[in-house]
Amino acid sequence: MDKATLDREFSDLYRAHLKDVYSYAYYRVGNHHDAEDLTEQTFLQAYRHFERAVAESDGRPLRPWLIRIAHNLAANLYRDRSRKPQTPIDDTQHLRTVHTTEDLVEGRDELARILEGVQQLPDDRREALIMRFALGMDNREIARAMGRTDGATKVLIHRAIKQLEQIVQTQGAAA
Amino acid sequence: MADRARNEPESIDLEAMLRRALKPVDPPEDLAARLDETLTSLTDLVAEELEAWELAAIGDPRRWVDGLARPAVAAAVGGAAGAALVALRVHQGRGRRKARANDPLDYAEQTVRAVADEARKLLDR
Repeated sequence: MDKATLDREFSDLYRAHLKDVYSYAYYRVGNHHDAEDLTEQTFLQAYRHFERAVAESDGRPLRPWLIRIAHNLAANLYRDRSRKPQTPIDDTQHLRTVHTTEDLVEGRDELARILEGVQQLPDDRREALIMRFALGMDNREIARAMGRTDGATKVLIHRAIKQLEQIVQTQGAAA
Repeated sequence: MADRARNEPESIDLEAMLRRALKPVDPPEDLAARLDETLTSLTDLVAEELEAWELAAIGDPRRWVDGLARPAVAAAVGGAAGAALVALRVHQGRGRRKARANDPLDYAEQTVRAVADEARKLLDR
């Protein structure tokens, strides 16, 4: 594949998945500033390795590969900073910027409880839920992004939902 | 029966709520515009960085960049993709360089070094 074709294909990939990568980054790092940096770094890395990824993908979608890059970069970011996300998602700010007024009228408290619960999950469970519900990825895509088998991913998501259910119910009982 | 129902945890459609809570997030317009510009047309940043280079080279280029740097950069940024990569990476480091720089000339010097370093990395691949 010549360079011009490769660049055109990368441009298509970028346009198709900018929102996916940004959404993943935002829910992963918890604020827009770091999410922007992470998104830029992800596409830079992707650009560097795009030719090989296309050759090795065997026609499969490249979204899991992109998300895996973002996942690895986010892990490096936290390792460099020697700590977890500096700012857990600001529920109030998040609800205001991401959700419509209609959403908020219908259940602001419930959405806030869900977001808070998601933040309490272990990293791998939280990431699996972000990929499933924010990005709409299926089990196979999530498995590829996380470097797990399809079966292990199915179990991971099931456990994540069960644990979140318990957290939310506990919060509801305490309220 | 009614008492039992009242004591049971509230039943919720968690998956539906997760879909609502974890809505996809639109990237800021300026991010989309910046990435789009950098990854597709790629020209403005290259010009900007090369202009900074020319400014710095008015003095003594050997003070800042070794003799091999300029040919290396010229070769690496010869293709659009190479230029894009060098420009993007150099552009990404601009905040750090500005923070470290003592004055505009120092910033220009650091930009020159960054362009040369990134170009060498490209050639080493």
